[in-house]
Amino acid sequence: MADTAMETGTGAAAMKVSDEVAIQITDMNKWYGDFHVLRDINLTVYQGERIVICGPSGSGKSTLIRCINRLEEHQKGQIVVDGIELSNDLKNIDKIRSEVGMVFQHFNLFPHLTILENCTLAPIWVRKTPRKEAEERAMHFLTKVKIPEQADKYPGQLSGGQQQRVAIARSLCMMPRIMLFDEPTSALDPEMIKEVLDTMIELAEEGMTMLVVTHEMGFAQAVANRVIFMDQGQIVEQNEPREFFNNPQSDRTKLFLSQILGH
Amino acid sequence: MSDTHAHTVAYVRDTMLPPEVPPAAERGVIRWMRANLFSSWFNVLLTILGLAVLWSLLAGILPWFWNSVWVADSLSECREIRDALHGTGEEVSSACMAVITERWNQLLFGFYPQDLYWRPVAALIVFLAALGPVLFASVPRRLVWFTAAAPFLMYWLLWGGSIGGPLAVALGFAAAWGAFVLGSRFSGALAATIGAIVVPLLYWLLLTGPVAGLIGAVIPIELQFVPSKDFGGFMLSFIIGVAGIILSLPLGILLALGRQSNLFIINKCSIAFIEVFRGVPLIVWLLTASLLLNYFLPPGSNFDLMLRVIILVTLFAAAYLAEVVRGGLAALPRGQYEAADALGLDYWKAQRLIIMPQALKISIPGIVNTFIGLFKDTTLVVFIGLLDPIGMSNAIRADTSWQGINWELFVFIGLLFFICCFSMSRYSQHLERRLRTDHS
Ligand SMILES: Nc1ncnc2c1ncn2[C@@H]1O[C@H](COP(=O)(O)OP(=O)(O)OP(=O)(O)O)[C@@H](O)[C@H]1O
Ligand SMILES: [Mg+2]
Repeated sequence: MADTAMETGTGAAAMKVSDEVAIQITDMNKWYGDFHVLRDINLTVYQGERIVICGPSGSGKSTLIRCINRLEEHQKGQIVVDGIELSNDLKNIDKIRSEVGMVFQHFNLFPHLTILENCTLAPIWVRKTPRKEAEERAMHFLTKVKIPEQADKYPGQLSGGQQQRVAIARSLCMMPRIMLFDEPTSALDPEMIKEVLDTMIELAEEGMTMLVVTHEMGFAQAVANRVIFMDQGQIVEQNEPREFFNNPQSDRTKLFLSQILGH
Repeated sequence: MSDTHAHTVAYVRDTMLPPEVPPAAERGVIRWMRANLFSSWFNVLLTILGLAVLWSLLAGILPWFWNSVWVADSLSECREIRDALHGTGEEVSSACMAVITERWNQLLFGFYPQDLYWRPVAALIVFLAALGPVLFASVPRRLVWFTAAAPFLMYWLLWGGSIGGPLAVALGFAAAWGAFVLGSRFSGALAATIGAIVVPLLYWLLLTGPVAGLIGAVIPIELQFVPSKDFGGFMLSFIIGVAGIILSLPLGILLALGRQSNLFIINKCSIAFIEVFRGVPLIVWLLTASLLLNYFLPPGSNFDLMLRVIILVTLFAAAYLAEVVRGGLAALPRGQYEAADALGLDYWKAQRLIIMPQALKISIPGIVNTFIGLFKDTTLVVFIGLLDPIGMSNAIRADTSWQGINWELFVFIGLLFFICCFSMSRYSQHLERRLRTDHS
């Protein structure tokens, strides 16, 4: 899969994908009570790969990426992140969580802390980084997402787009090897979507491993190595973006694409 | 856009308007009065009615207070002085505040030895100083060490005795901390938590006595011992109230967390505790404290009644606080827990840094409400024979020279409680304002 992605790369900056496996999901199943949300998921993500996950509402996209950092527990199968298998061992879970950054649809910034404190909290308390160093790093990433001047404000005083960029910076401050994005732009007004996508594109160009649940097909075409289409808790189709959009194989994918690109 | 309108629609402003002061009728006292007191006929009527009620109240109270007699030895002497001043003809209302000037020491300190009054006063000063770093952001953080040491210092000032006692008790907290650190290093967070609870309890029950003796022998500093039975007056209420408030908050938070916990035993125990303590009247708990608690404690541990009352008041208030805090926890969006988890914060760090600061902030009004309730409920201890201000006032009114006096004592006691409760209320409003982060 990774090889095909490399050969047919869509021209986004550096498309280097290594053979090193970042995430390995094997025969994974999950139920909510009796409801079978995820069915026999098999997925290998290589270091440096950018994967876009799309699919109709309720198809289990969020659940899938939330299983990767154990916000949700799977009941069957195996998930290995960075060589560590996710099990009930709390030590492993904390270790994986500090390697995997996550950006949420509704930002989930901590409203009682300033932007800077939001960014330094986890490095200081989880990674035991000295405060000064953590603050320098936070300012570095805030500059990168282009809002260093907001560092002393509170999240409630920022626009949605700014908050989402802070959320990205907050995750980056933990120096994660993998970033998960769950519909990062779908709670934003159109004019703010671009600023967040630009930040994400920049991140992709630096070679971050990214799993992005999104309906921004332009983003998928620009940076993804692979697009995954999910329906009813299963991976229905996956392909490199150009093939995926121009030549979808399954009827469900065609229907979905016609609905999402149709208007 | 139709052609006919095109030339009228296009418009560019070339001078910007400066801001202006609102017109006179829209400003100041007159405007306020018109808007709030005389906006309609009905409102005018209410205003007049309100003024009349206010007038009749003040007309009754002010002369009573204004004509107070401040120096006298008994109620009858008060009456004589009043009659001498105002003539015996008509009844002039006059307060006999002499009872306060005569007996203030009992109302404030009970039977605490007169020559040692400086000790409760010093303890009060220590208390107020210790509050600084906790209550006000402008006080340097480093002073929390003083705050941590203050309870032991205050205990020693109030009760006296060898300095070994409070130091030995303080060591229990050090033991708890040690157990927690060792527990979390060598096994899980759960073991650490259990260790941090069990180790100090065992230490306090079994070892404090000998350790206190040992320290006392090494550092022979001693204050004259004052037994709890000499404590009384407002000082007693204040000690019970403050101790209850300080101890019940952490316990209430732990109970609220316990009630939310997924661990079956902890969850059920917390629920049982909360429901039992909340469901039984405080007075029953106080009677339990005075009569029954000795049966449950290990033989030989002769627990001081005041300490027992503090424990039960604390447990009672903690049950209420747990529910208040739970309300705050429930109001937090799930995303906050998820973001904390996703960043790799463990349970206690997430609680301490993310969840509790927000949940407690939401719960401030409810928490302060509970605190105020607790503080006033300390007057119930009069029913188990402790001489709180009400108990003292009963004793004073039983004295032949002050028989028949009521209002002056109750006004004084009420005022003391009001000052404390009103301060708490004002502080909570200040805190809510300070913690607001949603506006610039
Ligand atoms: N905590 C839960 N308990 C029970 N069912 C749930 C829970 N969370 C999600 N579900 C169900 O699982 C299914 C998958 O949900 P999920 O949030 O993963 O969908 P999604 O693909 O992310 O959809 P969307 O595009 O709307 O975000 C949905 O049918 C949803 O109703
Ligand atoms: Mg979703």
